[in-house]
Amino acid sequence: MEVETSHGGQNMQPLLKVEKVVKAYYPKSAAGPREKLLALDGVSFAIAQGGTLAVVGESGSGKSTLGSCISCLEIPTSGSIWFEGRDLVALREGERRRVRPRIQLIFQDPSNSLNPRWSVEEILLEPLILQGRLKREELKHRAVALMAEVGLSAELFQRWPAQLSGGQRQRLAIARALALEPKLLILDEALSALDCSVQAQIANLLIELQRTLGMTYLFITHDLAMAAHLADEIVVMNRGRVVEQGPAEKVLRHPKEEITRHLLAAMPSLNRAVRPPLEL
Amino acid sequence: MVPILEVQDLHVSYSLPGGASYAALAGVSFQLGAAEILGVLGESGSGKSTLAASLLKLLPSNGNISKGSVLFESKDLLCASAGELQQIRGKRISLVYQEPSVALHPALRASEQVFQVLAAHESVGKSTLRKKTRQLLASLFLKEADRISNSYPHQLSGGQRQRVLIAQAIACRPSLLIADEPTAMLDPTTQREILGVFRTLRDELGLAMIFITHNPALLAGFADRVLVLYGGRVAELGPGRTVLSSPRHPYTRALFQSMPQILETTDNQRKTKLPVIAGDSSATPLPLEGCVFEPRCPDRMEDCRKREPVLVNLGESHTVSCFKYGG
Repeated sequence: MEVETSHGGQNMQPLLKVEKVVKAYYPKSAAGPREKLLALDGVSFAIAQGGTLAVVGESGSGKSTLGSCISCLEIPTSGSIWFEGRDLVALREGERRRVRPRIQLIFQDPSNSLNPRWSVEEILLEPLILQGRLKREELKHRAVALMAEVGLSAELFQRWPAQLSGGQRQRLAIARALALEPKLLILDEALSALDCSVQAQIANLLIELQRTLGMTYLFITHDLAMAAHLADEIVVMNRGRVVEQGPAEKVLRHPKEEITRHLLAAMPSLNRAVRPPLEL
Repeated sequence: MVPILEVQDLHVSYSLPGGASYAALAGVSFQLGAAEILGVLGESGSGKSTLAASLLKLLPSNGNISKGSVLFESKDLLCASAGELQQIRGKRISLVYQEPSVALHPALRASEQVFQVLAAHESVGKSTLRKKTRQLLASLFLKEADRISNSYPHQLSGGQRQRVLIAQAIACRPSLLIADEPTAMLDPTTQREILGVFRTLRDELGLAMIFITHNPALLAGFADRVLVLYGGRVAELGPGRTVLSSPRHPYTRALFQSMPQILETTDNQRKTKLPVIAGDSSATPLPLEGCVFEPRCPDRMEDCRKREPVLVNLGESHTVSCFKYGG
């Protein structure tokens, strides 16, 4: 399959290029031998530096497995993941460890991805200490700067995650990810668990960070409306395969595949006066 | 319309450590007709889950219903005895929760979980109950009903688990179903499927429903009436079509504007800032005086800080609590 670069900057070298990635699992089955399940079946696409690519599809289409493979939480069965000119699949563990901080993940539910027994301060200092670049007295300064960057008041420094609102927790998760100066943020349903009004606030923060830091996003979502708003390019997945990809507006306005049309029809929307009838 | 549920001036507060208390609901009133779907829209902290819990007196131990009445089929549930409530919960009024993976017992087969609900409320023989269970599950799962009945929750998909919960909820033919964010964990295709199930139940069994959600788009084409809750108060209440297409309360309007609209996004609008409601309702305390939405309101006026607006009738049973309309 021809690999297109992201719409945002056609002339730029892609920051991330995924080539024919396959991930097979062998889940237990009730009867008989384990069967092979292809969570990813030859997935290819590329994202330009500073661009946003949205991956959409139903539950079980392989979206999250893709995020895990790119962030090196899982190693693909075959294929290549080129990031900053190196193939993450072929790297040795030691080298992979050095690349990992540059790709950060933001999860759906910040209450599960933040340690409940750590204060905001501890959560933000941990990556900075592990990074080992700053002197002790500089650490706190940097943590406060990170909070400002994501719109969190420094007053929250001593709070626990449980004392924060959902929006504040997701801002904290983003600040923690930014601590390691990543190039790529993988947003795995990062807005889905938030209230609509908070979703808009976090979406604006992501847009702002892309402008100021040149951040690149892989936005995994089932919210096509948010994908349409944030992404330059859209990849539609079904059963581990890419069924359609292209510039966001083109894919959503003139979908070629049945799956894409199906996803569009299922999207809840306020301004759809006549919706197709609900069926049992 | 003879309402089957009539909530009047409901006040609920939670006592906090240190003797303070927090008012979660402050004067909520509404009616629900038979076979009517009422969508309750609100963000975290708006009191929407407190509302669901207080209708059945299922509040946590620090929750206190200080005022109001909940008339269900002409009986005040707030005055009902524990025994009477036990007869109503799960039988006449049932609840469907957000997370089917938590609400279902992980070590019991789907059919057993539905069977137990029937066994708790109906005094007929086991074989009759088994037969009823089978019929129920067959009506919700047109395909593979047998396989699903014999499966444990972890062997089912999110949508299938939600259907099992619905089977439990309708097992005793209740007249009212309260669903608290029942589709929040599902993808849009499955969400739509589950909404379809609810609609069919309403059409076929005449089930009335309170459908609680934070996503207004889910209510479009689904809810007959929409109640918008903000800070424990009714901001707006009216016919679904009217409220969703031409909202009047500044909160409802700002909320709808902050949502990206899929086919209206052009290349020029892409990656532009969405209009947001300033502030964070769950991180800042509500004002003690005046309108609760005043600190975040784009249309605030002089009066808004001084006193609380009352509900104004805009006609067609559409009411709004805002001084812009007289309040």
